Amino acid sequence: MDYFAQQLINGLVLGSIYGLIAIGYTMVYGIVGMINFAHGDVFMIGGFIALITFLILISFGLTAIPVILLVVLLVSMAITALYGWTIERIAYRPLRHSFRLAPMLSAIGMSFVLTNYSQVTQGARVKPIPPFITGGYTLHESADGFVIQLSNIQIMVVVTTIVLLALFTWLVSRTRLGRDMRACEQDQTMAALLGVDVDRTISMTFVIGAALAAVAGLMYLLYYGLVDFFMGFVAGIKAFTAAVLGGIGSLPGAMLGGLAIGLIETFWSAYFSVEYKDVAAFSILIVVLIFMPTGLLGRPEVEKV
Amino acid sequence: MKAKPGIPSILKTALVNAVIALVLFSLMVGIRTEAGSDGQLTYWTRFGELASLVAAVFGGSIVIELLRQWIGPTGAEKLVTPAVQSGMSLIGRYLAPALLIFTVLVPVIFYDQRYILDLAILVLTYVMLGWGLNVVVGLAGLLDLGYVAFYAVGAYSYGLLATNFGWSFWICLPLAGILAAFWGVLLGFPVLRLRGDYLAIVTLAFGEIIRLVIINWQDLTGGPNGVSGIPRPTFFGIPLDNSDDGLAARLGIEYSPTHRIVFLFYVILALALLTNWATIRLRRLPIGRAWEALREDEVACRALGINTTTTKLTAFATGAMFGGFAGAFFATRQGFISPESFTFQESALVLAIVVLGGMGSQLGVALAALAMIGGFELFRGLETYRMLVFGMAMVLIMIWRPRGLIGHRAPTVYLTKAQAISSDLVKEGHG
Repeated sequence: MDYFAQQLINGLVLGSIYGLIAIGYTMVYGIVGMINFAHGDVFMIGGFIALITFLILISFGLTAIPVILLVVLLVSMAITALYGWTIERIAYRPLRHSFRLAPMLSAIGMSFVLTNYSQVTQGARVKPIPPFITGGYTLHESADGFVIQLSNIQIMVVVTTIVLLALFTWLVSRTRLGRDMRACEQDQTMAALLGVDVDRTISMTFVIGAALAAVAGLMYLLYYGLVDFFMGFVAGIKAFTAAVLGGIGSLPGAMLGGLAIGLIETFWSAYFSVEYKDVAAFSILIVVLIFMPTGLLGRPEVEKV
Repeated sequence: MKAKPGIPSILKTALVNAVIALVLFSLMVGIRTEAGSDGQLTYWTRFGELASLVAAVFGGSIVIELLRQWIGPTGAEKLVTPAVQSGMSLIGRYLAPALLIFTVLVPVIFYDQRYILDLAILVLTYVMLGWGLNVVVGLAGLLDLGYVAFYAVGAYSYGLLATNFGWSFWICLPLAGILAAFWGVLLGFPVLRLRGDYLAIVTLAFGEIIRLVIINWQDLTGGPNGVSGIPRPTFFGIPLDNSDDGLAARLGIEYSPTHRIVFLFYVILALALLTNWATIRLRRLPIGRAWEALREDEVACRALGINTTTTKLTAFATGAMFGGFAGAFFATRQGFISPESFTFQESALVLAIVVLGGMGSQLGVALAALAMIGGFELFRGLETYRMLVFGMAMVLIMIWRPRGLIGHRAPTVYLTKAQAISSDLVKEGHG
């Protein structure tokens, strides 16, 4: 039981990171109707920028951890958001009215560009950082000595995710931008006729998605203590699985799907085999699409002829 | 049309682009991190490279803006005049036979140049893979991002059957094709209801599952170490080596290692031509017509009574079978296979060949394979930049010519005369 509880905590933390990435997929799919294949690599870029910012701040002699974290969070969100904006501007906007597969293929190309860009500029080796946030709480200690740990970094990941989700839900449901986004999702032409700047709204969608991915990258860096240039690919597919599982286009669904994938992956590693954890995640994607193509919270797609 | 922007506006655009580039590259290029000997990360600055990149973006934006003024916004389509087009089609008619004759003669012309022969074999392997995937993507319109899985199934089928049971290449080749086709159907079943992007992601996941299973099922596949000592192909039982009963000894000519290379070349050429011939023949059969109908409109296809289930499954199985053949050839050529040869990048490369070739055009796919693999060879010295350039090329091709270099996607059958429909027939409530 204690082992189960510990895995539950680990799974929820991992799921929060996947959920943050999944929101980027689901938003873009909802509005533009394409899979932003490069989104996993945007997450990776976010992790790298966070790492570099950490190094610079520390070498400047900053020691206050909260200040460092705040600055790193803001810098990586800002720069990664600009990456998201640029990618949309270069690779997707010219193809918006092209044939169906064109944006998808362009996105795959962009994913290669980003992966190899960070390999060329930062090298192929794994970049480790020393643990910044240490300590934690012991929740329960069983008779045979098994301890359920809740580390501070785990608390931080979950709290950050909840705060961001609350902020994001407010943005989508209460602000002008959120209303524009929902309008574009329903009908771009009609939204444009009613005075919504469609180009700008789509750009902002990419910007927000990239900023959330940057947060996920920072959390990943803090939680696992390392980044490498190839981490975006697998994380991206898993987050996409999460978005599909939750129902693509649905924001609470993305978070729910992220948590589900995180839990499944953790429990699979804990009880079955670590080697096949990715196989489990990908198999779930296939199974979900066969039996529930609309996901947990998605709306059924109406086919127009 | 908007008024042509003047020099100040061009400079302003370039400046904005340069500032964006400065922010984008500031940390990723300007700072280089590396783990030191004690495991601690250190960093150093590279402001020189940063400055030159930003300057390149500034200069590049000016050039692009000027080019845009010069050619005009819709210049790309109008550059090709009808006269040029008819000339192109004339060339196109003779290009394919000429290329084929040249390809057959390659081992004769370049007999002494081992490097060119090896490269030609590689190009032909990708031509074959491209033609195989073309059945799925180009004809049936099903976007498959996991094609490399079938290539892997074919390669491992031959590798394991040959090393464990000692079966010959010519027995294993059809078996590899059948096994790959079986996996194609196995993948096809679950994804029957999916379309477009979902289909792409599921096939991608399928390809990754196959690769992960190969890596982890160490008892059978040898895991990351791969399968080594795969036997070389024989000339229908006669080995191509330096032994007494080798082909060279039997024919009474002096043995040379080039014989095997030339033999491999003709094997893959024959396999590729088989793929091409089968595809061309299938296009004229009802099943090929059904694939093209499926690509154009699935709903209309179903309304016309075409069984979409069998249509999709046969497309997957046929494409997978050719992938399996290519995989078996790859295994016998290399003599060693490992999961590293079957990554997603391979799938994307083959897909890029099909898309660049114009999705459905056999000649286009062959030319695209030549351009892609040849281009990769040009960048051999710049190993790390290769995939970067490949990705950029993919994005640029999609923007410049989304339909591929030879945009040939016309259905095989169509009405010869366009039927004019009077406007009062298409009013609301009528036809």
